[in-house]
Amino acid sequence: MKRLLKGGRVIDPGNGIDGMHDVLIDGDRIVRVGRDIPVEGVTVVEVPDGYVVCPGLIDIHVHLREPGQEHKETVASGTASAVAGGFTAVACMPNTTPVNDNANVTAYILAKAAEAGLARVYPIGAVSRGSKGELLADIAELKAAGCVAITDDGHPTASALLLRRALEYAGMFGIPVIEHCEDQSLKGDGVAHEGFHAASLGLRGIPGACEALGVERGVLLAELTGSHFHVAHMSARASLRAVRKAKEAGIRVTCEVTPHHFTLTDESLLTPVAYDTNTKMNPPLREAADRDAILGGIVDGSVDLIATDHAPHHYDEKNVEFDRAPFGIVGLETAVPLSLDRLVHSGLIRLPRLVELMATNPARVLNLPGGTLSEGAPADITILAPDLKVRIVANALRSRSKNMPFDGWELRGSVAATMVGGRPVFVNPEASIRL
Amino acid sequence: MTPAAITALRHKDLLGIADLAADEISLVLDTAEAMKEIGSRPIKKVPALRGKTIVNLFFEPSTRTRTSFEIAEKRLSADTLNIAISSSSVVKGETLADTALNLEAMNPDMIVLRHSSSGACHLLARICRSAIINAGDGMHEHPTQALLDAFTIRERKKRLAGLKVAIVGDLLHSRVLRSNIHLLTKMGAEVWVCGPPTLIPTEIRRFGVRATSVVEEAVRDADVIMLLRIQLERMEGAFFPSLREYFNVFGMTEKRLELASPDVMIMHPGPMNRGVEIASEVADGPYSVILDQVHNGVAVRMAVLYLLAGGSEHEAAA
Amino acid sequence: MPVVMDADRIGRTLTRIAHEIVERNKGVEDLALVGIRTRGVHIARRLARSLKEITGDEVPTGALDITLYRDDLMRHAVGPQPLVRRTEILFSIDDRKVLLVDDVLYTGRTTRAALDALIDFGRPRSIQLVVLVDRGHRELPIKADYVGKNLPTSPEESIQVRLMESDGQDEVVLQ
Ligand SMILES: [Zn+2]
Repeated sequence: MKRLLKGGRVIDPGNGIDGMHDVLIDGDRIVRVGRDIPVEGVTVVEVPDGYVVCPGLIDIHVHLREPGQEHKETVASGTASAVAGGFTAVACMPNTTPVNDNANVTAYILAKAAEAGLARVYPIGAVSRGSKGELLADIAELKAAGCVAITDDGHPTASALLLRRALEYAGMFGIPVIEHCEDQSLKGDGVAHEGFHAASLGLRGIPGACEALGVERGVLLAELTGSHFHVAHMSARASLRAVRKAKEAGIRVTCEVTPHHFTLTDESLLTPVAYDTNTKMNPPLREAADRDAILGGIVDGSVDLIATDHAPHHYDEKNVEFDRAPFGIVGLETAVPLSLDRLVHSGLIRLPRLVELMATNPARVLNLPGGTLSEGAPADITILAPDLKVRIVANALRSRSKNMPFDGWELRGSVAATMVGGRPVFVNPEASIRL
Repeated sequence: MTPAAITALRHKDLLGIADLAADEISLVLDTAEAMKEIGSRPIKKVPALRGKTIVNLFFEPSTRTRTSFEIAEKRLSADTLNIAISSSSVVKGETLADTALNLEAMNPDMIVLRHSSSGACHLLARICRSAIINAGDGMHEHPTQALLDAFTIRERKKRLAGLKVAIVGDLLHSRVLRSNIHLLTKMGAEVWVCGPPTLIPTEIRRFGVRATSVVEEAVRDADVIMLLRIQLERMEGAFFPSLREYFNVFGMTEKRLELASPDVMIMHPGPMNRGVEIASEVADGPYSVILDQVHNGVAVRMAVLYLLAGGSEHEAAA
Repeated sequence: MPVVMDADRIGRTLTRIAHEIVERNKGVEDLALVGIRTRGVHIARRLARSLKEITGDEVPTGALDITLYRDDLMRHAVGPQPLVRRTEILFSIDDRKVLLVDDVLYTGRTTRAALDALIDFGRPRSIQLVVLVDRGHRELPIKADYVGKNLPTSPEESIQVRLMESDGQDEVVLQ
């Protein structure tokens, strides 16, 4: 079956496309992007004025929690959340129970993803067995089973030596090591960004330097090994400085930032609700100077991509004392509205840069097939309604967990529809588009 | 003393001094003056809170604060229920939220909470109808301690505004510090804080205080010196090398005291480590009001309990 | 707003009560005055001055705040608490003849609270009640020993006692 997306603003930064085009899809592939494609024999989908057709968004930092923590999220609920958030693909973190450190777990996740039939799922394998930081996981096996990167996320790789070995070994397969950058001795039992608000609320602090130390370590080892080092959820200005310097020096370093880190600051610890455990994540919400630096990195290109660090936790797990609550918030369904509202409508960046941050670059960094509207590419397409206002409602999220601090927020910019392999997997009922 | 301009607190709970305005602080202190007299009567009991149930929920051992609240409650004729839960049993036991909901089912009017987690009182206040009184939460606040400190200062000095108050010790982990900073700055005192840099919270100056690690500078011409407890386990966290060294650099000795104002007051929230943050001669010396603090604690807590027992002005208007 | 007692009348009334006190107690030995806050305290102090003029002796005088003894204190589920003021009774009331002083006697509930409060201070030999105005409508079995003026009122009316010390003038007004 052929489908023609007619009349939208097509943005495909990888191919330098930004303009009024039509997109012709045949089955699960993109056939052509161009003007005035004949409509005979195709199903025409009218894309309203002002809507944007772009390569499907890809979130490379998602905790799907399955296997083992299905009370928080499953592959099915997580991918439902992803497509509702405009993501056609997600890369999922290995800190499941058991840890994704072998082909069986990888295969299990992929089987669940196929069963759900929503977003594409690219598992990320563990650096070390059980993510225990001792022995390397069977990385060749993981890669063969479908893993696209390795990480011990949740924690930093246990030692510089292990990280070096992981970089060297992963380099052989052309996959990056994704690092949760953190010096654990400096983090101690910290629960919030070390700054005025944590001091005032009596919360133990995690300084920005704690993350930057991890970034510096990784940068040095990337230089040493020549392998690709990717900084997960970068939050501190000192980390950004390290990344910039490394890039200038030609070291193979990439980095991602999350919507919550570029939207919120540590002031959220206090207001509107003091000690809201939905403002507790690791790395923590930083002070305004860090947030502003991160925005600067998004603008000047130092930041490669946006990833959500979607980290579902059950209500009961979060409804506890702040220092006992687990770190993390869900982010798949708020990423697009937050990015459009805070980055595009605020005038910081234009839409093509956003598509680059959320589709083109994530695909490049993990070497994934999507992120482009090239002829023959998979028909993974996200249609954005950049001016459609949304009200975020925690309880209406598709994710099994509702832990996030944006409940009730009104934002400008939304997802209109999501197509995976030419198949509509999500249509926003608020949007004026029918697929 | 001029009477307070208001007659009620604006919140249902007392979670921290940060939430109180200067007139509310004055109201508590004025009310505490009236309450203090009750303690000197042959029958130290008034029927004010008859029929009210107050739960003292203590997740941390604290003989001093718990007894002080208990005496205050009994002097006001409230029915009291003491629940002490050791932190170890919390780990395997029910959550704070569940504990709170179970207590709520018994319809208490007030819950006095002591907990090792900062913000535990906020959590309870969100869940419970009862008024929550913070008896110390983690490293956050200990509002009744600051109020009794202020009461003790005001009793002696007849004012708070314009006084130089030096607070010396483990600033980082101290809830007493945070409550006192809020209170004293709101009431117009000049607050100096002093301790080793390892124990000074980040951006402490944004609290409106002067910070130094030179104890002589903090103490010079001080009208009030408050010492904070140095916990032995901080040595393991490498916050300072040894107790002996701490005492040598920061300990309050008679010699350092000579720099202070001639009628300086020496305060300590207790329990004291003699020979660590304070020399025995100073603790037992003529400038020490440490026992007055304990004594005044009851009156101040009576005032807080009384003022919160009626609910807030805000709610009444609604 | 009819003025039922003016300054002159209040002055003469208090002098008359002072004489009655001396007469009935055969002097002022062992007497003590305790005024109920706020205006009872002012009246007690004036009586103390009169007693001194009459007998030359000081009668110890105290102030009693009955807020914490009010029977309506905890009746309402929610609402701001009445302001508590200092009670100042700086002498022992044990074995004394205490003269409890208030401005207006109405339902008797304030007196009841004051009696409870006084008992907490010790065991007086007796307690006698002094009021400037008795407006009737008692809800408790309480009777004043010395009354400045009996003033029959309806419950809808209100009696305002104004005194120099707190209100800048002396008068009793019926509203
Ligand atoms: Zn992480």
